[in-house]
Amino acid sequence: MRVLGIETSCDETAAAVFDGERGLLGARLYSQIALHAEYGGVVPELASRDHVRKLVPLIEGVLEDAGITLADLDGVAYTAGPGLAGALLVGASVAQGLAWARGLPAVGVHHLEGHLLAPMLEPEPPEFPFLALLVSGGHTLLASVASQGDYQILGSSLDDAAGEAFDKTAKLLGLPYPGGPELARIAESGRPGRFSFPRPMLHRPGLDFSFSGLKTAVVVAVRGVPLDDQVRADVARAFQEAVVDTLEAKCARALQATGLPTLVVAGGVGANRMLRARLKALGHRTGVRVYYPRPEFCTDNAAMIAYAGHQRLAAGQRDSLAIRAMARWPLNQLRPPGEHAA
Amino acid sequence: MKVLAIDTATEQCSVALRLEGRTIEERAMTARGHAEMLLPMVERVMVEAGCTLADLDGLAFGRGPGAFTGVRIAVGAIQGISLGSGLPVVGISTLAAVAQQFAGTGEAVLVCMDARMNEVYWGVYARGGDGRLTLQGTEGVGPAESVFLDDPRVVMGVGTGFHAYSVLKGRFPGLRIDDTALPRASDIACLGELALRRGEGLQASGAQPVYLRDQVAWVSAAQVK
Ligand SMILES: Nc1ncnc2c1ncn2[C@@H]1O[C@H](COP(=O)(O)OP(=O)(O)OP(=O)(O)O)[C@@H](O)[C@H]1O
Ligand SMILES: [Mg+2]
Repeated sequence: MRVLGIETSCDETAAAVFDGERGLLGARLYSQIALHAEYGGVVPELASRDHVRKLVPLIEGVLEDAGITLADLDGVAYTAGPGLAGALLVGASVAQGLAWARGLPAVGVHHLEGHLLAPMLEPEPPEFPFLALLVSGGHTLLASVASQGDYQILGSSLDDAAGEAFDKTAKLLGLPYPGGPELARIAESGRPGRFSFPRPMLHRPGLDFSFSGLKTAVVVAVRGVPLDDQVRADVARAFQEAVVDTLEAKCARALQATGLPTLVVAGGVGANRMLRARLKALGHRTGVRVYYPRPEFCTDNAAMIAYAGHQRLAAGQRDSLAIRAMARWPLNQLRPPGEHAA
Repeated sequence: MKVLAIDTATEQCSVALRLEGRTIEERAMTARGHAEMLLPMVERVMVEAGCTLADLDGLAFGRGPGAFTGVRIAVGAIQGISLGSGLPVVGISTLAAVAQQFAGTGEAVLVCMDARMNEVYWGVYARGGDGRLTLQGTEGVGPAESVFLDDPRVVMGVGTGFHAYSVLKGRFPGLRIDDTALPRASDIACLGELALRRGEGLQASGAQPVYLRDQVAWVSAAQVK
């Protein structure tokens, strides 16, 4: 089965084609970063306006990359939530209009399920069951994944998401938008031991996270300190260490509590090199296999939506003709493919 | 000619199929249900006419102005349908669509549609050679106080703007008013057919909204995610 995937939940317009036998046939992405940069954050109305300009040419392009035409498709998958309502609606409308016109089945995919399953696109995919650490711009959670659609949330952030903490701290340091990857980049040249930040919630039992206090600690630490490039790098390094330590410790705790043999890391912060190295080392120490998507499939993309949708469509799941866009959509409301989802 | 038309720009969601001059239309009032009901309505209208996309000559949609998110539902859906079918598509002004409802009533109308935020989308439409009411000058958006009329042929004021802002009725006391008219897919199909005959049909990616409200000054910090 060959499925077109469409993603427009935030500030990335993307289209991809996944084939059940041949794997990923093509993936294209257009990032709106430049559009939102002057506002220092994503402006929802501008995001929607751009999706409606860019999506159709991206679909045409990805079909060309895949060397196929619309007649070669067997289904359409689109991100139905969670995300920005207006942005989601663009992808959902195009997907459902296209599917209806071609007489194809369509399915609305949960964006976070897409992230969680992104490592399945790699040459050596993980096997169920696994522990998933999802660290993105909007979410930070640990989940026990028995199979696709069977998610038990073990812990989540009580306030800021990990990616959000990276972005906000980067803004504090005056780094260009979007700050997270830039903060990670300058942290490489930071000197150890110059600053020290708390490891939030580390000494408390449980698997929840909290990152807003860390941001406050950064504000306090840099107050009155002249911010030159070296100091910025030092702060970035200490901040990154605090986040990574926390994520690593909670993963270790969750692996121990669940006895799961595999750890999957997904979401934009999963592209962080320090985090990847530390979790790999954790895996070595504990005999747990650790899997990541390739860095470009850590952040938003349509390949993960095409894959997740393919699994659902191949199991016979089909949506009605309703164009679905849910700004909020709890992950644990999902059901496995075929068992009809909420 | 056979044309499928859809509109989701206002609190009325409508779909119409125009078949050699005969029109089938389905309409529904809804605050937020456009996304859910649009394609089922399209499907019903097609089934009722015993028609498939392969029988059609083109597509038309309400391009705005109207609710931004609402307009984009029709645009997205028609982009998908056009891409999937290869049919040419034309965007029709929702103000022009409202004006057509009064083509039999007078020589010219002033259309004012509620644009929220104390503003109206507006335009003047007068009878042209083809018997249709066509746009005079340009369409605009602004406070009710900024609407002006310099065309003596205008005898009617129509659209939800007259309902939302009573100052408009005061400004143009001589006009007969219909303050309830909303754009309809049947009129969009009719205007769409003319545009398609003129060869104005575009490919899927050419189907785009016209917001009129384009300045980003209304982008407040609160809207940044
Ligand atoms: N190398 C990196 N180090 C740290 N953070 C990073 C890195 N690369 C990306 N990020 C962060 O990842 C986030 C973006 O990830 P992603 O695209 O998965 O999130 P999102 O789609 O905005 O949120 P969600 O998927 O939860 O709705 C941003 O907050 C960004 O700062
Ligand atoms: Mg994401």
